[in-house]
Amino acid sequence: MEKKLICISCPVGCHLIVASTRDRITVKGNQCKRGEIYGKEEMLSPKRIVTAVVKIRKKEYCYIPVKTEKPLLKKYIKPLLKELYRLEVDLPVKCGTVLIKNFENTGINVLITRSMKN
Amino acid sequence: MKEDCFDVAVIGAGVSGAAIARKLSLYRLKVTLIEKCEDVSFGVSKANSGIIHAGFHHKPATLKSRLEIEGNLMFEKFQQELQFPFKRVGILVAAFSYEEMKTVEKLYQQGIENNVPLIEICNRERLLELEPKLNSDVSGGLYAPTGGIIEPYRYVFALVESAMKNGVKLFTDFKVIRAGYSGGQYTITSAKGRSLKAKYVINAGGLYADEISSLFKAEKYKIFPRKGEEYLLERNSSGFPNHVIFPVPIKNSKGTLVIPTVEGTMMIGPTAEEIKDKEDVATTPENLEKVFSLAMKMIPSISKREIITSFAGLRPAMEGNDFYIDISKKASHFIQVAGIQSPGLTASPAIAEYVKDLLKKDGLKLVEKRDYDPFLKGAMVVRGRTPEEADKLIKKDSAYGNIVCRCENVSEAEVTEAIEKGHTTMDGIKFYTRAGMGKCQGGFCTYKILHLINQKAGISINKITKRGGRSTIVYDTLSDKNIK
Amino acid sequence: MLEKKVNAVVIGGGSAGMAAALSIAEKGYQVAIIEREDTLGGILLQCIHNGFGLQEFKQELTGPEYAQRFEDFVHKNRKINIFLETTAVDITQNDNGTRVVNTYSKKHGVILFSADAVVLAMGCRERNRGNIAIAGTRPAGIFTAGLAQRLLNIDGFIPGKKVVIIGSGDIGLIMARRLTWVGTEVLGVVEIQPFPSGLTRNIVQCLNDFSIPLYLNHVVSRIYGKERVTKVRITPITQDGKIDEKKSFQIACDTILLSVGLIPDMELAKNAGVRINHDTNGPYVNADLMTSQEGIFACGNALHVHDIVDYVTEEARRCGSYVHDYIQGGRVKKQGNVIPGANIKYILPNHYVTHRNNRLYCRPMIVKNNAELFIKINKKFVLQKKLRHIQPSEMISIDLEKDVFKNIQKDQNHTLEVSIR
Repeated sequence: MEKKLICISCPVGCHLIVASTRDRITVKGNQCKRGEIYGKEEMLSPKRIVTAVVKIRKKEYCYIPVKTEKPLLKKYIKPLLKELYRLEVDLPVKCGTVLIKNFENTGINVLITRSMKN
Repeated sequence: MKEDCFDVAVIGAGVSGAAIARKLSLYRLKVTLIEKCEDVSFGVSKANSGIIHAGFHHKPATLKSRLEIEGNLMFEKFQQELQFPFKRVGILVAAFSYEEMKTVEKLYQQGIENNVPLIEICNRERLLELEPKLNSDVSGGLYAPTGGIIEPYRYVFALVESAMKNGVKLFTDFKVIRAGYSGGQYTITSAKGRSLKAKYVINAGGLYADEISSLFKAEKYKIFPRKGEEYLLERNSSGFPNHVIFPVPIKNSKGTLVIPTVEGTMMIGPTAEEIKDKEDVATTPENLEKVFSLAMKMIPSISKREIITSFAGLRPAMEGNDFYIDISKKASHFIQVAGIQSPGLTASPAIAEYVKDLLKKDGLKLVEKRDYDPFLKGAMVVRGRTPEEADKLIKKDSAYGNIVCRCENVSEAEVTEAIEKGHTTMDGIKFYTRAGMGKCQGGFCTYKILHLINQKAGISINKITKRGGRSTIVYDTLSDKNIK
Repeated sequence: MLEKKVNAVVIGGGSAGMAAALSIAEKGYQVAIIEREDTLGGILLQCIHNGFGLQEFKQELTGPEYAQRFEDFVHKNRKINIFLETTAVDITQNDNGTRVVNTYSKKHGVILFSADAVVLAMGCRERNRGNIAIAGTRPAGIFTAGLAQRLLNIDGFIPGKKVVIIGSGDIGLIMARRLTWVGTEVLGVVEIQPFPSGLTRNIVQCLNDFSIPLYLNHVVSRIYGKERVTKVRITPITQDGKIDEKKSFQIACDTILLSVGLIPDMELAKNAGVRINHDTNGPYVNADLMTSQEGIFACGNALHVHDIVDYVTEEARRCGSYVHDYIQGGRVKKQGNVIPGANIKYILPNHYVTHRNNRLYCRPMIVKNNAELFIKINKKFVLQKKLRHIQPSEMISIDLEKDVFKNIQKDQNHTLEVSIR
C-alpha cells in the first residue's frame, strides 16, 4: 500500500510517499529524519493531541480548557470529546491537574490547562 | 381576550410615524404606535443618510419643499427637548463644469423661492476656503449653512421614548395582516395573532404603505423601492469634510454625498437604483467602485482603506415624486403618509404638524394635556468626558467604568440602559449606544453584549437575535449530543 | 480620581504586555499593567490548541498554558502592579514631558497613570467583512474567526451548524478543526490566493484530517440570507486575476467565519499622535522600538502581527530592556534607516543602530524553497543568508551582529535594505 502524506513535523511541509509491505515501511520525499518517523507513525497508528473545553459546575457559560497529555489514537478522539462535553468540574482548578486518568485504557491522561479561582 | 382600544393607531415606527406619535402625545388621546420589526427605526429609517436638508433641492410648489423648510427650522427645538446629536454643519454643492454651475444657479433660485436662509453661490476660491479638502478642479458651487446632520435611528429612538413617556403605547414585532372597520372602529390584527382597536389610523408604513393602504381598503397605489448603498469610514478619516458635500443633482437623485457624521465617522453614498424586492438590501462590488469614484472626484483624499462597513437602505418612492399625505377618500378616518423618501427625515417634524391638522380636519378633537412633558434626559455616555467628569459618573454607577465596546468607548451602563429601554437585539443596542459600530464591528464586544442581554433581559443566549425574527446570533451551547 | 506614578505603564496584559512588564520590572522599575479583561493572558486564553512555546520553553504548550506561565511570573513580581478590568482611553503628556495614561476602571473610577514610558501592547484586531467588502446581504451568522473562537472556547457557545470559512489564516484553520470537534459541519475553506495563508501543518491537521475542502484561487462573491445566513456563492479566480463568474457555485450554510488577517489595534496610539506605518498598520519604530512619540514604545501584535507567540515574547522582552535604558536616560543617537527590498512586505524596526546587535523581523511576499536573503547597506552587500523555506505566513528573523557595521562610515547617513530572491 502506498500513501501520500504531508509531513507536519516542521514548517517545510515535505510531501512524503509512504509505502508499506508486509514487513517494512519505507518513506520517500522527506528531507530529514523526523519526516521518516512521522510517515511511519501516520501509516501505523495516526495520533493527535486533542484540546477542548469542559464546563465549570454552577457557573453559567463558563468553561475551562483541557488537553490530552500525549497524542491520542485518532479513533479515540470522538469518544473522548463526548466524555469531555458531559463532564463538569468544580473550581478552583490548577493548570496541570489530571482531569481524566488513562482514558479508556489508552494510557493517555487529560490535563487541565489553566488555573482558575472560585 | 380584551382588546386595547385607541383613538389613534400610527402604523410604522420610522421617522414619520415616530414624529406623528410624539406630536399626538401632546393631546388627550389614547395613541398607539405599531411596528412590524423587533425595534423602532429598523425599516427605512435606520439606513437613512442622516442629512437635515437645507431646502433648495425641490420645486417650490411641492409639499416636499414646504415641509422640508418647515421641518429644518424645527430641529433646534427638537434637539433641545430630545437630546439627540444634531449639528448644523452646512451643505455644499460642488460643481465641476460650466454646465454644472448653471444647475447650481437654478438650485440657488429654487432655494431663494423656498426661503432657504443664508443660501449663497460660491466661486472656486470661496468654496475651497470653506472646504479645503475639495478637489481643486472644482468650478464653484452652492453653500447652504442651514443644512445639518443627525443619526436617524437615535432621532427615532428619542421621538418614540418621548412619545411613550407621554402615554403612547408601542407595539413592536406587530406586523399588520388584517384590518376591519365596524362601529366607527378599526380592528387591527398582527401576524402573531394580537389585535387592537382604533378610531383613526395613520398609515406611515414606509415601503409597505401601499400594502397597508389596501388592507384598510383605502387608495390603491404602489411604492417602488429605490436602493441606496452607503459606505461608513473610520474616525479621523483623511477625507473628513467640514460640511456635507453634494454633487450637482441628476434626475431622481441628489447624488452620492460625502457626509461627516455627528460622531466623527464619515459616510459616502448613497447610490440610487430602482429594484423590485422590498427586502433587497444587498451591496455590490460595482457600486462600491462607483460610490468611491464619485466621492473621490469631490474629495480626492478619501481612501478605501478606511472603510469600516457598508450597508444598503431602501427609499419608499412613489409616482409623482412628491409626498402623499392626505385624508383617505375611500377609507374612513384613515390618513395616508406615503412616499416619504428624501427629504422625509428633514420634513418629519413638519409632517407631524401637518398630519395633526389633517386629523383635526377629519373630526378628531385635540385638547392639550396639562402634564405633557416634551423633555428627555438624554442617554448618559462616558465617552468624550474629562477625567473628572468620567470619575464622577463612574463613582455614581460603577458600570460606567466597564468599557464594553472599545472602539467607540461604550460602557456597560450605557448598554444596560438600552436593554432596560427595550432594545434587546444586537442591532437595537448598536444603534442606541454605538457599541459594535466601530472599527472592529463587534469582534470584541459581541460576547460581552450577549452576556449583558442574557443577564439584564433574561433572554437565553440562543434566542438573542441580531434584529429579531430568526436572526439568532449563536446556535447552541456546547453539548455531547452534537457529537455524532 | 486616583493618580498613580510609576516608571512605566504597559497597556495590555497579554503575551506582549506580560513579557515587557517582567523585563522592565527585572531592573527594579515600577510597572503598571493595564488590562481591560478580568484576567491576564489576552487572546492566548481562547487559543486552547497546542503548538505554543517551542522556542521559549522548548516544549509544546497550549495557549492557556503559555499564558499561565507568564501570569504566574507576573503575579510573583512585586514591582508589577496589575490593574484588571481597566481600560486605557487616552494617552496625553504632562508639561514636564512625562506621559499620562487615562484609564476607566469599574472598581476605582478614573485612574490617571503618569510614567516616563508607555508600552503599547494591546495586540491586534481582526479584519472584518467591511474591510474586504463582500457583496450581498447582512444577516446574522457572520463572525470573525477569533470572535467565534472566543464564543466557543470561553463561553461555550456554538456559532452555527454548517460553516463556510473565508480565508485560510491559521485561526480559521484551527477553528475548522475545533468546530468539527463540537459537532459543527465545516463545508469548506475559501482562499483568494493560490496558496494557503496558514501553516502547512494546520492544513494537514485541521482540514485534511477531516476531509474539509480547501478552495484555493476562489472568493466568496456573495452572501445570501435575510435573517440568518442561508448560503454563499463561491467563484474561482482565473490565472490573470479575474473573477470567473460562470464557474460559480453555491454552498448552503448558516454561518460564515472570516479569517482574513489581523491589524494592529492602533486607535489609542493614533490619538496620541503616533505615526502609523501603512505596511504593518502598526507604528513606525526606531531601533529601540520607540514610536514617533517620545517615550511611547510598542511591541507584540500592536507593533506588527506575529505568527508565533514565542516571537512576541522575545520582542516584548527586548522592548522592555529598551524601556529601562530609556528610563535611565539612554537615547538612540545615530541610526540608519531600514527599508524593505525585493519580495519583502515589511521589515521592522524601521531603523537600526551600529553600536550593538540588531534583531530584525521581516515578512516575505513569496513562497519559495531554498531562497536567499540579501542585506545591503547603502547598496553594498554586507550579508547573505540561505533560507530553506519561506512563505508569507512565516516571519523571518534576522540577527545583525554589530561586526557587520565595522566598515560603515559612522558619520554618513546610511540605509539598510533587505531583499529575498
